[in-house]
Amino acid sequence: MAKQRYIQAINQVFLDEMERDKNIVLFGEDVELAIFGDTREVYKTFGPERVYNTPICENSLTGMAVGAAAAGRRVILHLMFGNFVYTGMDAIAHQMAKLRMMTGGQMDLPITVIAGYGGGRSLAGQHSDTPYPTLMNIGGVNVVTPATPADAKGLLTTAIRGNNPTFFLEASGRGGDSGEVPEGEYLVPFGKAAVHKEGSDVTICAIGTMVRPALRAAKKLEEDGISAEVVDPRTLVPLDEDGIAASVSKTGRLVLVDEAKDRCSAASHIAAVMADKCFGDLKAPIKRVTVPNVSMPYAGVAEMAIFPTPEKIVAAVKSITGEMAGAGA
Amino acid sequence: MTELSNVDEQRRAEWLALYERMLLIRRAEERIGKAAQAGELPGGVHLYIGQEASGVGACSVLGDSDFITSTHRGHGHFLAKGGDVKAMFAELWGKRTGICKGMGGSMHVADVSKGILGANGIVGGGIAIANGAGMGIKVGKEKAVSVCLFGDGAANQGVLMECLNMSAVWKFPVIWVLENNGLSEFTITDKVTAGEQTDRARAVGMPAVTVDGNDVIAVQEAMQEAVDRARAGEGPSFIECKTYRIRGHLEAEDAFLGGYSYRTQEEIDAWTTADKDPILRFASRLLSEGGASQGDLDEIEARISSQVEEAVEFAMASEDADPELIHEITFDGQRP
Repeated sequence: MAKQRYIQAINQVFLDEMERDKNIVLFGEDVELAIFGDTREVYKTFGPERVYNTPICENSLTGMAVGAAAAGRRVILHLMFGNFVYTGMDAIAHQMAKLRMMTGGQMDLPITVIAGYGGGRSLAGQHSDTPYPTLMNIGGVNVVTPATPADAKGLLTTAIRGNNPTFFLEASGRGGDSGEVPEGEYLVPFGKAAVHKEGSDVTICAIGTMVRPALRAAKKLEEDGISAEVVDPRTLVPLDEDGIAASVSKTGRLVLVDEAKDRCSAASHIAAVMADKCFGDLKAPIKRVTVPNVSMPYAGVAEMAIFPTPEKIVAAVKSITGEMAGAGA
Repeated sequence: MTELSNVDEQRRAEWLALYERMLLIRRAEERIGKAAQAGELPGGVHLYIGQEASGVGACSVLGDSDFITSTHRGHGHFLAKGGDVKAMFAELWGKRTGICKGMGGSMHVADVSKGILGANGIVGGGIAIANGAGMGIKVGKEKAVSVCLFGDGAANQGVLMECLNMSAVWKFPVIWVLENNGLSEFTITDKVTAGEQTDRARAVGMPAVTVDGNDVIAVQEAMQEAVDRARAGEGPSFIECKTYRIRGHLEAEDAFLGGYSYRTQEEIDAWTTADKDPILRFASRLLSEGGASQGDLDEIEARISSQVEEAVEFAMASEDADPELIHEITFDGQRP
């Protein structure tokens, strides 16, 4: 184990995997200068034969990822911001997600699309979105939301070596987060949730960027006598339904924390699945702490007013643990 | 048959093969049209009839390791690139013996083993895929080429400009083959399009030519030049094939149009004459300068007729598609 920043963990995987597998091509806008830091040194190391610093045309880039994969390459496409999933959506939804099925399974599409998602940094409406609910609903692409540097390393390696199109959504603005990262080869399997903190009174299921506020909330709740378990699905497609259900069945309560807009969010999907799987074990309604169905505003105060915070998570938990002996005041 | 020199004999064989491929597409599609109108197929079909020379001419200089992307009107391209007619029919009939196991249908016939990256139901959907395949070939330092077959309707998708640009700037081995049939679904393309199509390629410094798309030899010659250039690492080319779609946008067109029309019968008839129809005119050329006899052509006609009927029988006798398969093939090694 060694301490590494989130963005360094991603960067190191690119360098390691492209060294390991000469069949990998990486392309995207501004990857040469690596404005997020995650592709730093990649162009310099592997050169223009394997790294294409592209013009700004996301809809072509997503389609080209499909073509390059169909031609036998292993593809990494950097889409920069999560919002550009929308500008590149035609080929994502119509080609990337469907060609394998429509060709009767003839086509392997080893594609990793990486993009930074999420708000909280006054990037305003067009650069703060959380596009995974859209991707989850397409059918045919994997969706990965690493919350820690170790998971970033393990999940990205699995994505790159896998044969399915995978969206690796990195938490924007969390590149500086530091954590212990296993050295050497390290793969985290898809569809396996992580328990960041164990607890017995309530399960807080937090997605991607929301793991950190969820852990802060859990700490505060601990002080108030409520034992919260913090579960992180890590991958939304495939989703570890059984892993999350095991925690919910144990605690009997579930609060979901999701940076997506509430309507058809990952939280609402998981809530539906858990209502189905854990109905008999639930002691209270399932609660969601999400973003209202509006665009992300620019001003910091306005942004934080709609953003999930530790305080909102604590309040949501207390709204369903009110009858507990040790709960609240 | 008159005595032929070796050179003439080789040309005769090659030309007859081109003729046979065009005729296979024509007869196969006539049969598909009949099946569609009789309601025998689960889904709709878009026929290529009238455009056979461009697809056959383009694919005649390609091998299995070269890629093509196709359109919603893709049966002709599939067969021109060597796709199996029985497997295609079974696909259209929705059977598990279909080339895509019944999961794609008419708009998605593909045979990756032959470099056919698929027909595509999205107009212009093949453009970026072909460009990406060109990138992939270049990254892999292979000698293959990637051919994008697309229509004038697709040429108005913005993705074309983006991909022409990238293919030119990075010298991808891509050949852009525009089959200009003058029609964008139910709209006359000229009414919604400014300028010349080839100027769009010239704008990024790409060699561009316009050829008679109903002349299979003219298409073949332009393609050979473009493919040679691409294989030599000199980058992409653009070939506009002027042609015409004889059938409707789709076979159920009349039901959609409800008595209205976007073209006249006279216009259609003008493209089906012996000097315009790609198959009729190539037949005369074969007889006059290709060293073929009417007997050669009759033999091909008979062979294709039984090939098409066999394909229908195969499709109809095959087992329906397996519904469980959808869960197995959406991902590799993973349930959805």
